[in-house]
Amino acid sequence: MLAGMLVFGVFCAALGVNPLLVYASIYKAGFGSWYSWQNTLVRASPLLLTGLCTAIPARAGIIVIGNEGAVVVGGLGAILGGLATLSFPPFLSLAIMVLSAILCGGIWIAFSVALQHYRGVSAVISGLLLSYLAIALMNQLIEGPLRDPSSLNNPASYPLTPDHRLAYFSGTHVHHGLIFGLIACLLAWFLIERTTFGFAMKISGGNVRAAQLSGLPVGRLVVISGFLGGACAGVAGMVEVAAVHGRANESLNAGYGYVGILVAFLSRQNPLGVVLVSLLVGGLLASGGMLQRAHDLPDATIAVLQGILFLFILLSDTVYGRFKFPWAQSRETKTNAVAA
Amino acid sequence: MKPSLWTQTSGWMQTSGMRRRDVLAGFAAIAMPRTSGPLVAGFIYNGPKNDLGYNQSHAEGKQALRSLPWVRAVEEASVPETVVAEESMRDMIFQDGASVIFATSFGHYDPFTIDIARENPRVQFFHCGGLYEEGKHPRNIGIYFGFIDEVEYLSGMLAGLATRTNKIGFVAAKPIPQVLRNINSFTLGARSVNPKATTKVVFTGDWVLPVREAEASSSLVDQGIDVLTGHTGSPRVIVQTAERRGVFGCGYQFNQSSMAPRGFLTGAEWAWGTVYLRIAEMIHAGKSVTDGGIPRRLTGTLKDEFCKLSPYGPSVTESSRARVAAAKAAILNGSLEIYRGPMRDNQGRMAIPAGKVLKIEDVELDRMDWLVEGVDGKAQG
Repeated sequence: MLAGMLVFGVFCAALGVNPLLVYASIYKAGFGSWYSWQNTLVRASPLLLTGLCTAIPARAGIIVIGNEGAVVVGGLGAILGGLATLSFPPFLSLAIMVLSAILCGGIWIAFSVALQHYRGVSAVISGLLLSYLAIALMNQLIEGPLRDPSSLNNPASYPLTPDHRLAYFSGTHVHHGLIFGLIACLLAWFLIERTTFGFAMKISGGNVRAAQLSGLPVGRLVVISGFLGGACAGVAGMVEVAAVHGRANESLNAGYGYVGILVAFLSRQNPLGVVLVSLLVGGLLASGGMLQRAHDLPDATIAVLQGILFLFILLSDTVYGRFKFPWAQSRETKTNAVAA
Repeated sequence: MKPSLWTQTSGWMQTSGMRRRDVLAGFAAIAMPRTSGPLVAGFIYNGPKNDLGYNQSHAEGKQALRSLPWVRAVEEASVPETVVAEESMRDMIFQDGASVIFATSFGHYDPFTIDIARENPRVQFFHCGGLYEEGKHPRNIGIYFGFIDEVEYLSGMLAGLATRTNKIGFVAAKPIPQVLRNINSFTLGARSVNPKATTKVVFTGDWVLPVREAEASSSLVDQGIDVLTGHTGSPRVIVQTAERRGVFGCGYQFNQSSMAPRGFLTGAEWAWGTVYLRIAEMIHAGKSVTDGGIPRRLTGTLKDEFCKLSPYGPSVTESSRARVAAAKAAILNGSLEIYRGPMRDNQGRMAIPAGKVLKIEDVELDRMDWLVEGVDGKAQG
């Protein structure tokens, strides 16, 4: 990560901006004040959930990158559930939205994972392609049956009524979706680290043959992990719909799903790590505007930084253990000792 | 944290990209209340600021504010027309201490600018081309826009003089009044010098569709057109295709001469710098749009320098230049009015009856739903 930041620094310098000041700005815009923290938290809350979408199935040995599709589908499920229950009391309506988002997102990812497990179709490929299907499905719905005729330039669904939307923490512009994310991360951690189900999941992720030999229902474990991951991303879509936009439109596919992949890898698929990394990456996203305003950097700068970080994480994962650094070796033996 | 505290630190942290004067101004902000620091103006564009089109025309207008030492202008490009626009504006207000916001894209207005303006009654908002409703929208929003028909007319004159096949191509985004006005005024200009010239229109359906614009341009050239122009977010692809296919090109929105070093004729481009300088000066003088000190609607024409003609390309002859210069002078002194009846539309109906003259600012023109005689195309979808 440090190496990644160094390379990004060189990139900034190449654009004629002092990298240290860029980092100072990122810090200020992401974490420098309560106002900035609010911006960071708003962006972190979907990341908590989309990060889990990759992190949970990864523990069962499946790489899921269809997060974006699950967010979109979850958002669509939520708006359908929400619009169908406009006459219900707000709490009930929101509960139905969450449920609908969980089902939609969960089934979406579980389907892609099941394809890999039972038919040998890589979940990486199917997840990515399913994301495009999800976006096409959304465009079809918001330009067709769900379209609010008053949304002229930017097709959008009919809106939720204000009291059927997720509330904000009083005095802030941070919405209650943050709680969903934190609860989901804690639950995921508990599930993976403290239950037999989580243990079985990790075994089948670590060594499928061993898991099968010890009589574990690997197929079911893997598909359920996919469902849980997808459900999280679906809830992220629901939060975007119910708290941020109040309706479903193109902003649903704002890239939180893809950034979630980065979050999961940076946190090494650890649900508690996801919390920390989401805050960090949320802060990075929040500073995108500041970099443009204070340093005249291009609007893609933050995307470049994310890309560089991701490359370095993948690189270090690949290189890790291939070279015999004395310090790396001692850590490896330690891990082995713990594992044994 | 209070916004005023924020500006203090930001003045200090950003020293590298700033000159000493700005740093001093930053310190001044510590000592004085926010209003007496530099005037911070925030700009949002909905696309890249180097699109050689609409967004760049605004970004260049913002650059004009550099000449005023007491203004600090910040900008964010590629701000989508969603709640993200609200966040960008809010950040500018709270993190940079902006007291005036320019929202440049039509879709930034409703509901995003309206909501943020309501939230921040002490900040002034100026929106380009928004549909302000008296009594319904907050009073701290002002609208500015330009009427570019006359410049299109002059640009059309050069197209009419340049064409050998008497066929001009116009690639347009959507058949909305503003686009129809440009097609009509361009055609009127062309036919004022070459009555045999006709304009063929192709609608692409949206503002930024470079591939479809290129296809449309190319197919127009295949049909024997030898001058191309257009009205999209940025007609750079249209001008570029014209050059590649060896025909003439006229730009729009911004100076596109770099796209066609040989075949570029001229183009109608915006000069938002005039508007931004004027608004900044008025705010500096203590005026505000909230109490009516700054007009609610600030509009202008060629005469007001809200828009201008791009520099001529190399193939524009002396005699053509002289004819355009004469027409321009006639427009400026009021003797040439481009929407003068009798004028028929391309269905043969009378669009403007004999003896009637529509001024450029006339609201009737804002409802234009017809294409003038000589245009090959349909005004409805």
